[in-house]
This record gives sequence, C-alpha cells and structure tokens, in this order.
Amino acid sequence: MALLEVRDLQVNYGLIKAIKGVSFDVNEGEIVALIGANGAGKTTIMHSVNGLISKAGGSVHFAGSDITHTQAHKLIGLGIAQVPEGRRIFQELTVYENLKMGFFIKKSKAEFEMRLEEMYSHFPILKERSSQIAGTLSGGEQQMLAMSRAMMSSPKLLLLDEPSMGLSPLYVNIIFDMIQAVNKQGTTVLLVEQNAKKALSIASRAYVLETGRMVKTGTGSELLGDEEIRRAYLGG
Amino acid sequence: MDFIVTLVNGLSLGGIYAMIALGYTMVYGIAKMLNFAHGDVIMVGGYTVLVFLAVNPVLAIVMSVIFCLLLGIVIEKVAYKPLRGASPLAVLITAIGVSYLLQSLALIIFGAAPEFVIIANLGTLDLGPISIKYSTIITLVATVIVMTVLSLFVKYSKIGRAMVAVSEDRDAARLMGININMIITITFAIGSALAALAGVCSLLNVPTITPTYGAMPGIKAFTAAVIGGIGSIPGAMVGGILLGIVECLCKAVPEIAPYTIAIEFAILIVILLVKPTGILGKKRREKV
Ligand SMILES: Nc1ncnc2c1ncn2[C@@H]1O[C@H](COP(=O)(O)OP(=O)(O)O)[C@@H](O)[C@H]1O
Ligand SMILES: [Mg+2]
Repeated sequence: MALLEVRDLQVNYGLIKAIKGVSFDVNEGEIVALIGANGAGKTTIMHSVNGLISKAGGSVHFAGSDITHTQAHKLIGLGIAQVPEGRRIFQELTVYENLKMGFFIKKSKAEFEMRLEEMYSHFPILKERSSQIAGTLSGGEQQMLAMSRAMMSSPKLLLLDEPSMGLSPLYVNIIFDMIQAVNKQGTTVLLVEQNAKKALSIASRAYVLETGRMVKTGTGSELLGDEEIRRAYLGG
Repeated sequence: MDFIVTLVNGLSLGGIYAMIALGYTMVYGIAKMLNFAHGDVIMVGGYTVLVFLAVNPVLAIVMSVIFCLLLGIVIEKVAYKPLRGASPLAVLITAIGVSYLLQSLALIIFGAAPEFVIIANLGTLDLGPISIKYSTIITLVATVIVMTVLSLFVKYSKIGRAMVAVSEDRDAARLMGININMIITITFAIGSALAALAGVCSLLNVPTITPTYGAMPGIKAFTAAVIGGIGSIPGAMVGGILLGIVECLCKAVPEIAPYTIAIEFAILIVILLVKPTGILGKKRREKV
C-alpha cells in the first residue's frame, strides 16, 4: 500500500473542470515529481491533497486512512506538511517565529529545540537571521525558511509546490540538495515543478500532467530520456 | 491647567474608543469582516450591568463581561459562520441585521426610556488647581491594563501568534495546523469582552443607557480603527486615543464644540487621503 493514494481525483472551479480524474501513488521513501506546464493543475492537486479545496470526486488516502474530506488543519497532525506555492511564509513574523509556527501542533519543548537546531544546521543563514522579520529575507532565504518551517513537525510526507520558482540557480541547487537530504533521512516527498529537468533528476518516479489529466508516468531517468518530454518540457 | 484636565479626559475617552476599536480591528484582521453589531454588544453589556447591579456592583461588571463574551461567540456561530466565504456585502447586511435585532430586543425588554446605571458614586480627585473625576482615572487604568495584557497575549501566547498568522495568511495558517474557526471564535470572544469593559467605563462616566446606547461609540470606535489602520492592534489603540483627545479638545472650546463630530470625520478623511491604509495599517501584499 502506498503512503499517499490519489484515485480518480476531480476538482472543479465553478464550471471549469480543472482536474479531470487523476490517479497517482507516492510510496514511502520516494521522491515523486509531478511536472506540467503553467495551468496544468499541479497546485490544484496539491490543494486537494492538503484539504484547502474541496473535491468534486475521487478519493485521497494517506497511510491507509481516508483523508478525502479531512479539514486542512488536521493533516499536519497526521504527518503531511507543505511548502506552498509562492512560499507563503508569515512576512510579519520573525524567522524564529515562523519556525515556531511550523511546530504549532506539537508541544515538546525538547523536540522543538532539536528540530530548530537541525534546521539551523541545514541553513545556518536562518540562525543568523533568526530575529529578522521574515518579509525582509531574500526570495531564496524565504524558500529555505518555508522548507524548514514545513520540516519542523517532522512530517512523513512533504508536499513541495514549485520550490524553485523565481530562484537563482544557486538557490535552486541549495533547495534541491535539501530535498534530497530530508528524503534520505526518511521523509517521503511529493514535488510539483515546472522546472522539469531539475525535478526529474532527483525523482524516483514522476507523473506528467496536462490540462487536468495524467498523460505519462515513469521513473525520473525514463522521462528524462523520453523524446516527447524532452521536446515539451526540457527545451529540446 | 484646564488644558491638562481636558487632555486627561481625552485620554480616558480615547481609552474607551480604543477598547471598542480593538474588537472591530481584531475581527476585521482575522475574520476579514466588519462586525457592525459590535457597538450593540456595549449596550447589551450595559443592560447586563443594570440587571445585576441590585445584587452587587462587582458581580454586575463580571457578569457583563462574561455575558458579552458569550454573546460574541453566539453571534459569530449563528449569524456569521454560515456565511464564511459568502460575499462581503451579504456579511455586512447580516451584521446590520444583528445590530437591529439586539437593539430591538433591548427595546422590548427594557423600553425606550433611559435607565440609570449607577455602578458607584466615585467623586473627584482634587489636586489644587486640577480636579479629575475618579471614573476618568479608573478608565485610564483599565485601558492601560487591557492594552498591555492584550499586547502581551498577542505577542507571546500560542493563540496570539496563531491570530497573527491567521490574519496574515489564512491558508498558510491552516497548513500549520491552526483551526481557523477556533481562532475566529476566540477573537469574537475577546472583542466582545472588551466591548463590555468599555461599556462599564462609559457608564462610570455617564450613567444612563438606552437601546441605542452602543450606536455612537460604535461608530466612533470604528472610525478610530480605520484611522489607526483597520486590522492593526496598535493602530486601534492609537486611533482610539487620538479620536478621544480630539473630541475632548473640540468640546472644550465653545466656538468649536458644535462641530466636534464633523471635525472627527474630517480627520478620518484627511488621514485616509494621505495614507489610505490608516496610520499603522499595512498594505496587503498580493500573493503570488
Ligand atoms: N481559484 C481558481 N478559480 C478558478 N480557476 C482556477 C483557480 N485556481 C486555478 N484555476 C484554474 O485551474 C487550472 C489549474 O491551475 P493550477 O492548479 O494553479 O495550475 P498549476 O499549478 O499547474 O500552474 C488553471 O486553468 C487555472 O486557471
Ligand atoms: Mg501552481
């Protein structure tokens, strides 16, 4: 049984059918990439998994339990954390307070200190900036903070929505290194990306999404070598 | 010397406006709605004092705060929660409906004639040339305590931090595991309890009450919240104090006194022209 099972998912925005019956699995320990052009429906799928939007049909199961209609705020307690599209850090809070928000549902002070130190050791800049207002960080630093905030709760499954968006190649590498590092330490990852090349290079498996439908699936290297994919997503 | 007395009275009146404005601004920041029934909670609090005054003044104050706190929760659950996600206009009209409902209930129960609510006969503090009513001093002290406690609560408590997170980005807050409905409920409870306290302070100063008792302070406090920057807690404090001082200064000059309300709203307009988000308000960033 997969850690995350999405079956025949359908989502509508009014009369627009954004997701038209999508199924996919994320197995424990994997990095699964979901690639597709702008507007394909990647974010909509993420929001259906994390409960921020309601579904017109289909089901979502996590670790064996049905979370199709679970409220968004209950998911982090089950072990699903997300780095949303556009980072969505709390701009008016400090770096430290943002990290604390990531630990909101938990109580253990000792565990909090441990997680905090771990995040600071991944990204020492966050420690230096711990009392800085998060809105004043650079885009790359904000993405590091968003990743760390999501990892504070030690999730089983990490959802990442376009973590490379708007970042310089240097920061893209830093973020992707972090993704691989947390994966090695046991966190399963579902990664949504427009940067297909980068995503496929670290993915165990990947799905290709086109206007609300899955059109292709395979291992990361299979898709990297796929002629059609090369033409459509990797620029030749 | 008159000037100092006027200033102290202004600070005290401003404190009352600020306590009410805090309710408007917190609800706006967190639930993203204008609760136009907020002023009427003050009135309900005042009548609650009246009902329990025969038993004991302190009990009356405590009951007033508790009753309004519960009333705030009930109003939110019954009237506003079903409209979550509805158009702002629908919510606004519902709030106006709640306001009329509360006023009408008070009219049915207590009648239209003013009732006297004399919580205590406090007298005046005489310091040579300066004399200040004790009710003014008590209001000032209450204001300082309320503002300090609320600021510390928002800054350091877990629920306070969650409130800030929700007001900044509701969906991101949900992803952190914050139960939005619970935070909204708590916000209404706090705002309504503060309205009750403001009502008690008002009654200490002017001890009469009618079913429309909350309307004017409600509008003034709403103005104060907008002047300070709606959604901002320090903004509500600054706006309230500013409005209270302006009001007392205007009323102290006989030639200007009739135009007091006009001047207050003129200040609102000028501030909004210069800074549309209010003195301490922040522009909401567009999300990418
Ligand atoms: N709130 C919304 N209301 C209406 N349509 C939307 C909304 N959000 C997304 N869509 C539409 O749904 C489709 C998928 O969007 P999205 O999931 O954001 O795509 P992606 O993340 O792959 O860029 C697009 O056609 C988009 O215009
Ligand atoms: Mg997207």
